[in-house]
Amino acid sequence: MNKVSLEMGSGGRLMQEFIKKNLLPKFRNPFLTQLHDAALLPKGYALTTDSYTVDPIFFPGGDIGTLCVNGTINDLVVSGARPEYLSLALIIEEGLEYNVLDRILLSIKKTAAKSQVQIVTGDTKVVPQGQADKIYINTAGLGCLVGKPQPQQIRPGDKLLVTGPVGEHGLAIMLSRNNFRMFSGIRSDCSPLLFLLPLWKKGALWMRDITRGGLATVLSELADKVHFPLLVEEEKIPFSRNLKGAVEILGIDPLYLACEGRALLVVREAGANKILNQLKKNPLSRQAAIIGEVQDRVGRKGEALLRAASGGLRLLEPLTSELLPRIC
Amino acid sequence: MPPKTKSREPFSAWRSSFTLKALLKAVAKETGALRRTIRIMEVCGTHTMTLHRSGLKPLLKEIGVSLISGPGCPVCITPDSYHEAIIDLITKEKNFLAATFGDMTRVPTRKGALQTIVPTFGSAIKIIYSPEETLALARKNPDKQVIFFGAGFETTIPSIAVVLQKAYSENLKNFSVLAALWLIPPAIRTILQSGEVAIDGFLYPGHVSAIIGEEAYRFVAEEYRIPGAIAGFEPADILLGILSVARQIRENNPTVSNEYQRVVRPEGNPQAMRLMAEMLEPFDAYWRGLGLIPKSGLRIKPEWAEYDAIKRFNLKLKAEKTLRTGCRCGEVLKGLIGPTDCPLFGTSCDPEHPRGPCMVSYEGACLIEYKYSSGAKKK
Repeated sequence: MNKVSLEMGSGGRLMQEFIKKNLLPKFRNPFLTQLHDAALLPKGYALTTDSYTVDPIFFPGGDIGTLCVNGTINDLVVSGARPEYLSLALIIEEGLEYNVLDRILLSIKKTAAKSQVQIVTGDTKVVPQGQADKIYINTAGLGCLVGKPQPQQIRPGDKLLVTGPVGEHGLAIMLSRNNFRMFSGIRSDCSPLLFLLPLWKKGALWMRDITRGGLATVLSELADKVHFPLLVEEEKIPFSRNLKGAVEILGIDPLYLACEGRALLVVREAGANKILNQLKKNPLSRQAAIIGEVQDRVGRKGEALLRAASGGLRLLEPLTSELLPRIC
Repeated sequence: MPPKTKSREPFSAWRSSFTLKALLKAVAKETGALRRTIRIMEVCGTHTMTLHRSGLKPLLKEIGVSLISGPGCPVCITPDSYHEAIIDLITKEKNFLAATFGDMTRVPTRKGALQTIVPTFGSAIKIIYSPEETLALARKNPDKQVIFFGAGFETTIPSIAVVLQKAYSENLKNFSVLAALWLIPPAIRTILQSGEVAIDGFLYPGHVSAIIGEEAYRFVAEEYRIPGAIAGFEPADILLGILSVARQIRENNPTVSNEYQRVVRPEGNPQAMRLMAEMLEPFDAYWRGLGLIPKSGLRIKPEWAEYDAIKRFNLKLKAEKTLRTGCRCGEVLKGLIGPTDCPLFGTSCDPEHPRGPCMVSYEGACLIEYKYSSGAKKK
């Protein structure tokens, strides 16, 4: 008998397999089969949904409230849509203190206001103690399309760009869960990616927010979509100094750590520097960097490769087993 | 002047492009003088991982160093029968908690994997990160029997011995250990004795050596005249080890050099060794894929029998002579073939559908090859 394993929800290959084998055949329609972060609907709408089960619910740099708003906003942005309306569904464990709930709702309010999205419908359920862990939140987001991802247009020479240092959200959660007090200064990067919207009109071909599975998984999935291999340079990938120190000691590969406010972009070579300079002017993407390019000389179709500091090449595979469940 | 290390990045000097390129050049000089490819076995799975993760493996090949992965992954060499004994227990008996490390739960056996089988009502599998957690589990669940399925080499064994000792001093009545504990030097001897694989030198595992010290490998240099170096786990550590082995080959002066002196003392860790000797005793053990190796396993001494899950629950651990159909893990573990030489690799065996533990463990040669090598044969 087979059971669902945690790995199936990790965002890695097993989840892709589940979607393709168990979900797609049952619900097949032209909107679903795009398998975008959001469905691109007729009349210029985009719709997305996401559930948030993060543990702990408060962490350095954010909480489940900031996460459930920003996460859904970001799924719309990278699908080419300006977020407009959100739904909010709460599943609360009996016994959760009111002030904790209030704190979360307040942070939802602030985060939504900051990005000018409105919470327009919702639902509240309470389950008996022990049948959920404090609180789970589902949000759906509706947005208006301002651009169109064009993965099929990606060709050799196009540049791969990240909007900032990667891995901090995943590490912040890991550290706060395990009470590793020795590492300070690691905060979740949870933030809205709205500043990317104008880039859809300035030469961005494709975007993806770097969440579960980290940069390596996003690159590997992109490599599956395009007709050419991808190559990134380890030394060009931005990491914060605090993160580098911590992952070295803990022995974690930061390329597999999640973010909640960073994205990978594919842009045409011609406009790449201009886009980079524009991103660097924004406080949320000051450390944006071009980390590599679409290749026609190194590697094979379908491969995402990393040139390590040693000069040697290594393959980037999607996350296989779960580093840490319930990070978002 | 030595490379400057910013205090927040403790290992950056061992990872910098400058250091690595200089070391590669030095290794190339040695192999250039030898005018042949040298074959070095990295015994430890963590070395295998660093070699691939840092992109060093293909670069070393270009300069005449061919690396062969050894048996250094405890998940890979623990026989299926250990898993099957635990699976039998928790699927049939109520109120058992089996606690083990994450990798162990994914190993496929004839009876399924710990992660996918359905325990009977009241029993469960718990994934733990450190042996100490199993004691907390036993204290918190006095109505259940907690079995710690502990697998490991000399690195992990002392921490398992500590747990045994603590369980005794606390008089924990609902706690026991299924010991899958393995010793590295006897495995190296077996590989050398078989003579099946040509090895010019060894990279000895740094963490294991921190416990057992340098002398444990002396027989390799003296009896078999084969060079070796104890190496740490940063890319530069490994290159230092390889450089030392290459030099020993060129100078025809086999020895046990310690290239990980910031961690490994020549005598190892006598305190840890004493603790191991107090709680555990060596026996002739079966390794998955390698077979029976004299004095290569550690079991719980008879005086602590009440903490030995094998005795307490009368577990049957059948010796297995053959592996499940088709899986060539055994030859991979001995260094006879590389992962891609196995017909299952990338076709019916991949990280999501592993056929053998070498495709499960983070330190398994097959998983590492699959994850990090460009052009590895895949579906």
